[in-house]
Amino acid sequence: MNRAAPKKGENYELRADLNSEYREKRKDAIKRVIANMTVGKDVSGLFPDVLKNMQTEDIEQKKLVYLYLMNYAKTQPELVILAVNTFVRDTDDPNPLVRALAIRTMGCLRADKIIDYLADPLQKCLRDENPYVRKTAALCVAKLYEMKPELVIDNGFLEQLQDLVSDANPMVVANAVTALSDIHVAATSEPSTSGEPQPGVFNINTHILSKLLIALNECTEWGRVSILTALSRYKAQDDKESEHICERVVPQFQHANASVVLAAVKVIMIHMRHVHRPDLVKQLVRKMAPPLVTLLSAPPEVQWVALRNISLLLQKRPDILQNEMRVFFCKYNDPSYVKVEKLDIMIKLAGDNNVDSLLSELKEYASEVDVDFVRKSIKAIGQCAIKLDSSADRCVNVLLELIGTRVSYVVQEAVVVMKDIFRKYPSTYEGVIPTLCANLEELDEPEAKASLIWIIGEYANKIDNAAELLEVFVNTFVEESYAVQLQTLSAVVKLFLKKPDSAQGLVQKVLNTATKDCDSPDVRDRAYIYWRLLSTDPAAAKAVVLAHRPPITLPRTTVPPIVLEELIGDISSLASVYHKPAETFIGKGRLGADALQRKAAEQDDEVSAQKALQEIAAGQQAENLLDFDDVPADEDRPTGLAATSFTSTPAAANLISGKSTNPLDDLVSIFGGASMEVPQQPPRANGLGGLSSPIAADPFASLGGGASRTPGLGSGVTSPVPTQSRQQQPQEDLLGLF
Amino acid sequence: MISGFFVFNQKGEVLISRLYRTDVKRSISDVFRIQVVSNSDVRSPVITLGSTSFFHVRVNNLYVMAVSKNNANAALVFEFCYRFIAICKSYFGKIDEESVKGNFVLIYELIDEILDFGYPQNSEADTLKMYITTEEIKYASVAENSSKITVQATGNTSWRRNDVRYKKNEAFVDVVETVNLLMSSKGTVLRADVDGHIVMRAYLTGTPECKFGLNDKLVLDRAQRGNSQSDSGGAVELDDCHFHQCVRLEGFDTDRTISFIPPDGEFELMKYRSTTNVNLPLKILPTVTEIGTSQVSYIVTVKGSFSPKLSATNVVLRIPTPLNTTSVDCKVPMGKAKYVPAENVIIWKIPRIQGGSEPTFTGTAQLTSTTTKQAWARPPIDVDFQVLMFTASGLLVRFLKVFEKSNYNSVKWVRYLTKASGSYQIRF
Repeated sequence: MNRAAPKKGENYELRADLNSEYREKRKDAIKRVIANMTVGKDVSGLFPDVLKNMQTEDIEQKKLVYLYLMNYAKTQPELVILAVNTFVRDTDDPNPLVRALAIRTMGCLRADKIIDYLADPLQKCLRDENPYVRKTAALCVAKLYEMKPELVIDNGFLEQLQDLVSDANPMVVANAVTALSDIHVAATSEPSTSGEPQPGVFNINTHILSKLLIALNECTEWGRVSILTALSRYKAQDDKESEHICERVVPQFQHANASVVLAAVKVIMIHMRHVHRPDLVKQLVRKMAPPLVTLLSAPPEVQWVALRNISLLLQKRPDILQNEMRVFFCKYNDPSYVKVEKLDIMIKLAGDNNVDSLLSELKEYASEVDVDFVRKSIKAIGQCAIKLDSSADRCVNVLLELIGTRVSYVVQEAVVVMKDIFRKYPSTYEGVIPTLCANLEELDEPEAKASLIWIIGEYANKIDNAAELLEVFVNTFVEESYAVQLQTLSAVVKLFLKKPDSAQGLVQKVLNTATKDCDSPDVRDRAYIYWRLLSTDPAAAKAVVLAHRPPITLPRTTVPPIVLEELIGDISSLASVYHKPAETFIGKGRLGADALQRKAAEQDDEVSAQKALQEIAAGQQAENLLDFDDVPADEDRPTGLAATSFTSTPAAANLISGKSTNPLDDLVSIFGGASMEVPQQPPRANGLGGLSSPIAADPFASLGGGASRTPGLGSGVTSPVPTQSRQQQPQEDLLGLF
Repeated sequence: MISGFFVFNQKGEVLISRLYRTDVKRSISDVFRIQVVSNSDVRSPVITLGSTSFFHVRVNNLYVMAVSKNNANAALVFEFCYRFIAICKSYFGKIDEESVKGNFVLIYELIDEILDFGYPQNSEADTLKMYITTEEIKYASVAENSSKITVQATGNTSWRRNDVRYKKNEAFVDVVETVNLLMSSKGTVLRADVDGHIVMRAYLTGTPECKFGLNDKLVLDRAQRGNSQSDSGGAVELDDCHFHQCVRLEGFDTDRTISFIPPDGEFELMKYRSTTNVNLPLKILPTVTEIGTSQVSYIVTVKGSFSPKLSATNVVLRIPTPLNTTSVDCKVPMGKAKYVPAENVIIWKIPRIQGGSEPTFTGTAQLTSTTTKQAWARPPIDVDFQVLMFTASGLLVRFLKVFEKSNYNSVKWVRYLTKASGSYQIRF
């Protein structure tokens, strides 16, 4: 240790004061050292000088020195040894506060040299006559486990902790449970070398259960949370035991601490799975509602956590808060994160009996200042219309009123929402279309534009000036965003299919521009597909482009059932706040496909695991559908992935593939055919570069040559024929790829 | 659990930093400063970056922040942050940059005591004050007491010392109700409920056993409510209630008795919520008309709908004005009204409104012309007030019985207060 002590500066002065002969001066100097440490100045050089002040009768000073030690022990492992003696002596002090302080601090030092001296005093403190020391020592075992697990196991501390669960003092029980749970999590999350799942450190049996239930009513609020969390892990032996647990936990709903209430909700939700007496289930659900509502008068942050959890609970049990919608009305001064969650829950609670008050409330929100919130409120009106058929009329009226305000972002959002309503109730609200079209020039957001274009395309036959309206967008095609381009493309094609006479020029223009001047492959591909479809077989094009779409619905759940079950077990934690399993954001990359499968397998047998995976996939799809922003993706489905939709529209699939009935053939004929022909036919210099596919280019050539549509179609029909003959080989190639 | 606990000032400077686990470094505070303090666009109280989650609560000019690396119990972390704030208030009377800087040594002592290895421990301010104090403690005197202290801090009644002595045994009960009102522009009540707090100040000798009775009828099932209306004779329906940890919840669950051994001094015995038959102490009748685009005229009447013997005090109405208001001429029969341009409101302060009286505010706001087409959002009128000896829910304390070994007589006082602050909103 060769440190040349500076002769001046703050540290020099501090050193002088730390070695002062006056007690007060020394203590004051320690305080200044701590202050410097807090703001991030390096005071590690004073280590030996601070250490000298450790042995004192003054508890406050002792605490300060300990605080310093905890910070710098790691950087000065050699010097920490000097402190060990004092620590060990302190654990024998007659004053229990000093004993507890010493054992607490030793656990925090995290220097290897100290750890070796920790075992003996810890052994002693775990058996201390004073409960305060015992409860501190219990946590110290968890600290030690974090640093050196083998030391804990070798010294039998785990068994001692398990004994402490039966301690007479409820606080000691709580801390023993906390420490064991902490160790349990650390032990089970460790990747095991053998591949076998690690045996849990803290396995709760019926004996421990009864101890926990007794301690639950006596310990501090935080202890209750620990115990309740442990109870939620317990697997009940039979239904009777589940009922018993529920009955014992229910009183905790009345606790003033929100985390206790949520922990109790968690335990009840888990053990209720095994309660089969309908009257008891009903009673439990009924008792759960008032405390959940009361959480809304907690501070905003707690409220937010509660709201996120309520949203989960409602997915599991939609009946919990049936009559409570009014309490979720937003206050003007609620923070925006709370407002958004309240909106979400209001939609979940919307029903025929309360939709009127909900709508007037949502309308009110739409006039607030916070643009984000206003948009979400308008979106909520749409969701309401989609959820409740009977309310659709009223929702549309509210939307029309909002459009009447002519506030730009309100109008745009309302247009987007109207599109969703059209998707749910096709050809019900056509009377609204003129009002929407009147706002055409006001729209400047891609999503709103795309929505309006979609509506125009869908109702092209009912709108007299549809061609005129769409022409505006065709003219500015290259400047628009991709979403708008895709919609314009589809809408023009729809228009053409519905009114072939008036849109012939327009469709040629848009296909031309899209294939030639557009730099998005998506747009280009879609244009080519349309082009090819139109030129091959207009009837097929009709079947594909104007295919009947199933009306959208509002899914009751936003997370797949199996994830929901997992999240219910995580109530009040971050996972439940984010509505994501913990593995996804704790970020060790532990959630692979196999992990998911394993998890599912643990819960049930293989079959249900498969089912779960399917459900997850389905859930994701449902989420896509829910995400109304995603019009293009939806549009893609019947067109781009024609092969996948062959079940619903077999005619279309057949028509595309010409003669073949196998949808795979069709895909192969598109892709395989292209890859086969490329070497023979060099890419044409038409601005498509290497992506050029002869199949698509064929109709392009014929149309682009200024030919009328009929010959264009004729030449298009010929192109699948050669690919049919080669079909066999590319199919093998494709299989080879897998 | 909690890996680190920090307090920042408004500029993002660290005032308190304490790490409880090795999975975070001190420099994590820089991440918070960049991501939250200097980012005006923070819309969530929890931020997760990578696998590190930051939980923060803003209080006065401070950020109280906890860091966690795992799937922490979010409700518990926030409850803990608020508990820390409450303890600071109890110790220093307030919590702000000045008080934190001035007491940092004590705060370190406190957070070491209430949080161990990231798990909250006993955090009852009353108990903490026994062994963490601002005064110099002499080691000798502590030694004999501390056994008692530690037994108490971990015992069945961790909230109470057993050697409390008073010459005069008194208990004060304050029933404080906060009214939440949301009234639509058509004058219908969208939402009216009462958040009640029963705060008790107990100055009682020994370990007294208290029994507490209200004129309540706890309704947990709304369907049953209709049937039981006939026999509700004067009883108040509480939707829900929560108790201080000293109240025996099992007892309440079985036979609705509220029995407890109170902590010494002030504590919140009970919280409750009521939504039925809420008596609104102040009725607000606003008539706000926009005259063209250059003027808004206001006629706002406040009506005290309670007994003339009572009065509402500290009444403050905040009447919003359009953003482009230049001036407002106000006429009021009582109190003072003035336009505050910074907040776009007219603030009308009335020191006292007698029950039954109806003062009316009249005024006209002059507007400048603007280019924006957007209509005025018309935020709600907000009213703050206090009414003594009045409960909006109609709740009354029926009895408070104190039993103690020595069988002394105790004096009990009950006070009622109904108030609103920031939650009594009337749309117009």
